[in-house]
Amino acid sequence: MSPLSVGGVHVLAVDPVPWARAQMAFTLASHIILVPLGVSWACMTLAANWRAIRRDDADALRLAQRWSKYMAVTFAVGAVTGTVLTFEFGLLWPRFMGRWGAAFGIPFSVEGLFFFIEAIFIALYIFGWTRLRPWAHFWTGVPIVLAGIGGTLSVVAANAWMNEPAGFTLNKAGDVVDVDPLKVFFNEAWPYEASHMLVAAYLVGGFMVASVYAVGMLRGRRDRYHRLGFLIPFTVAAAATPVQMLVGDTLARWVYENEPTKFAAIELVPETESDVPETLLGRIDSDGDVSGGIEIPGLASWLSDPGTGTSTEIQGLDSFPADERPTTRQVNTVHLAWDVMVGLGTALFLLSAWYWVSWIFRRDMPRSKLFLRLASIAGVAAVLAMEAGWVVTEVGRQPWIVRGHMRVDQAATTNGGVWITFIVVVCVYLALATAVVLVLRSMSRRFRRQDALVDGDVPYGPREPAAEAPHEEEPVGG
Amino acid sequence: MADAVAVVLFVAVSAYAVFGGADFGAGFWDLVAGGAARGARPRAVIDHSVGPVWEANHVWLIFALVVLWTGFPEAFASITLTLFVPLTLVALGIVLRGASFAFRKSLFRTAERRVLGAIFAVSSILVPYCMGAVAGAIASGRVPAGGKAGDPWSSWVNPVSIMGGVLAVTVGAYLASVYLIWDADRLADDAMVDYFRRRALVAAVVAGVVALAGIFVLRDDARHVFDGLTSRALPLVVLSAVCGAGSLVLLLRSSHRGARLAAVGAVAGIVWAWGVAQWPYVLPTSLKVSAAAAPSATLATLLVVFGVAAVVIVPSIALLFTLDQRSLLPEEGVDARAGSRGRGRTA
Repeated sequence: MSPLSVGGVHVLAVDPVPWARAQMAFTLASHIILVPLGVSWACMTLAANWRAIRRDDADALRLAQRWSKYMAVTFAVGAVTGTVLTFEFGLLWPRFMGRWGAAFGIPFSVEGLFFFIEAIFIALYIFGWTRLRPWAHFWTGVPIVLAGIGGTLSVVAANAWMNEPAGFTLNKAGDVVDVDPLKVFFNEAWPYEASHMLVAAYLVGGFMVASVYAVGMLRGRRDRYHRLGFLIPFTVAAAATPVQMLVGDTLARWVYENEPTKFAAIELVPETESDVPETLLGRIDSDGDVSGGIEIPGLASWLSDPGTGTSTEIQGLDSFPADERPTTRQVNTVHLAWDVMVGLGTALFLLSAWYWVSWIFRRDMPRSKLFLRLASIAGVAAVLAMEAGWVVTEVGRQPWIVRGHMRVDQAATTNGGVWITFIVVVCVYLALATAVVLVLRSMSRRFRRQDALVDGDVPYGPREPAAEAPHEEEPVGG
Repeated sequence: MADAVAVVLFVAVSAYAVFGGADFGAGFWDLVAGGAARGARPRAVIDHSVGPVWEANHVWLIFALVVLWTGFPEAFASITLTLFVPLTLVALGIVLRGASFAFRKSLFRTAERRVLGAIFAVSSILVPYCMGAVAGAIASGRVPAGGKAGDPWSSWVNPVSIMGGVLAVTVGAYLASVYLIWDADRLADDAMVDYFRRRALVAAVVAGVVALAGIFVLRDDARHVFDGLTSRALPLVVLSAVCGAGSLVLLLRSSHRGARLAAVGAVAGIVWAWGVAQWPYVLPTSLKVSAAAAPSATLATLLVVFGVAAVVIVPSIALLFTLDQRSLLPEEGVDARAGSRGRGRTA
């Protein structure tokens, strides 16, 4: 094994913990970009599909058919990146799985069920366009939507359990000897976290899809097809945004009551006190001094419990042992991520409000170019907000992997080669991301070429010219 | 109850071997199909048969992993700690394979398609090889109990693992070629029917020889499993051999449907023989199924989920299959290809 030594350090003897965390964070952050599309796009496609059948709307039909093809690509990539995560639970966190698998695995077994249903019906829906009767075909899409919702609620149940572990009995050695499956799944954090993520899936998915058509409209493609392609997803997103404000606010107050360490990090509170200011941006140093940022006096206390107002006391970081709360760097990360999430969320809310006001008073979407410009960056903004939200949850949970029971460094693999797999994974995913973007763009260009040829009036189930078949084929299977 | 969950686990593993294995095998035939011009026709058959099914097929893998880590967490920890390298290769191979296959069909010039095609084909061999090696490592007792790591290299670079890897690749190729005959048949491409039948015959013989040789490797290196195969698992071994031989005969007689069934029986027989042979151990011979099992409430949950899956998913798959048989799910604009989609599941 000596050839594997560099500068006296064995290449397989590098501390795996930071690399395992980096790899998990990177692969999760990548996978989650596809999640909203997997969960909510089918619903938007069905909305277009519904309209197509009900009103005999050729544009809506074209939209639904094409969305189902794009969905096939994003679902495929989501499936493989999700498979990687399944492996990583074991490869990166074997000691966590060995000790807690009996409880932690329960939500995943339920999720497996939903994933199966989703995979089957997405195949039916994508390939059923030409030969199934319109309504029968429509109904094959409904289980995709339901499975997407069920899958989200299950996966988030697993994460919520890590934050709020429940439903197990330990023996003296710390092994799980008894499990209450319902308490594991329906742990206390679950309703808050799961609803927040479910609404996020519709919000982010809606803004993502709408932003593509906003760009198209800005480039002068203002036909009915593009308008519809914008309106359906944007309406979904604009409806989800105010709901998300309420859900998020409720969740934050729940965190205040139940996860005080995370909350102290979110609000950048060094010492327990009342009348805590809401600090926008800013950072904390290792002595507990907050610097920079804009302070809004008393707001953090007031938001935590409007009932007691500014006299609400918030537990500070120093009321927890240093090894049972996030490090200073992690606290700053959590706080910044929180500000990003809330800031972008508020901006998206204002954009949605603009849209609704315009609908109420003018019965039409806003005409201004500025609105379309903002809408075209709303997709990216929504993804960033969602990523930031997960940073808050996950970094705020540190140093625990199972809060109060197991630390992340106790959970990690002992394999020293993780730094290598991390680098490989990053390279592969970058290539993958590039390919996805290229594929989706080339599909879009191909669809536009077709429109130039056919122009409009497409019957249910258009056929592409057979001569082009090898290139025009379905990019991926269901 | 632990026994029942172990059975569920093996249902998932054998389903993955039968459905997913054929997907990988198709990749093998893609790799050896020759240059761009010569390999164009077989690749067209492969493309159209693998494409739509691979996601649903890979759900079985996820299902098996979830059942393993939930039902037998200690065994899962030992396996992932010890077999870090081959399992990492499997995960990366699945990403490369799935993505390159998906993208190859949708864009790029010939040169780029060729690169992606090569990645697809190479990872189609790498993944089943590593999975077979992992099975070999477990069967030969190289994964220690107690959530401890065994040797990171010799655990999966040893005679049994190599045999397992080679067997997995050949068995996949065998299954795939038998399925592809049927696909070519549906495309009414007689030349390709003949093409894949010749390959199926060769693959059947090779897989049989490897399996036979494997028994001797096991005798020297995995005594517990060998003893099991020659005693309580013997009926399954015989069943597998009879099915394998039967599929050969049926192939020669051009009875493609029967050959497919027999091939599935042969492969499922191998998987179940392995499972029964290493009974009552999940990690021979250090960790028994009963000792590795999660608390009973967890096991009960897994069984309930499996029951619900049987009630919900079987009809769904049946629906997919029925619509497919009636050619109601064509790939758009390519009616001649109608009905190929359920291929992996119809066996």
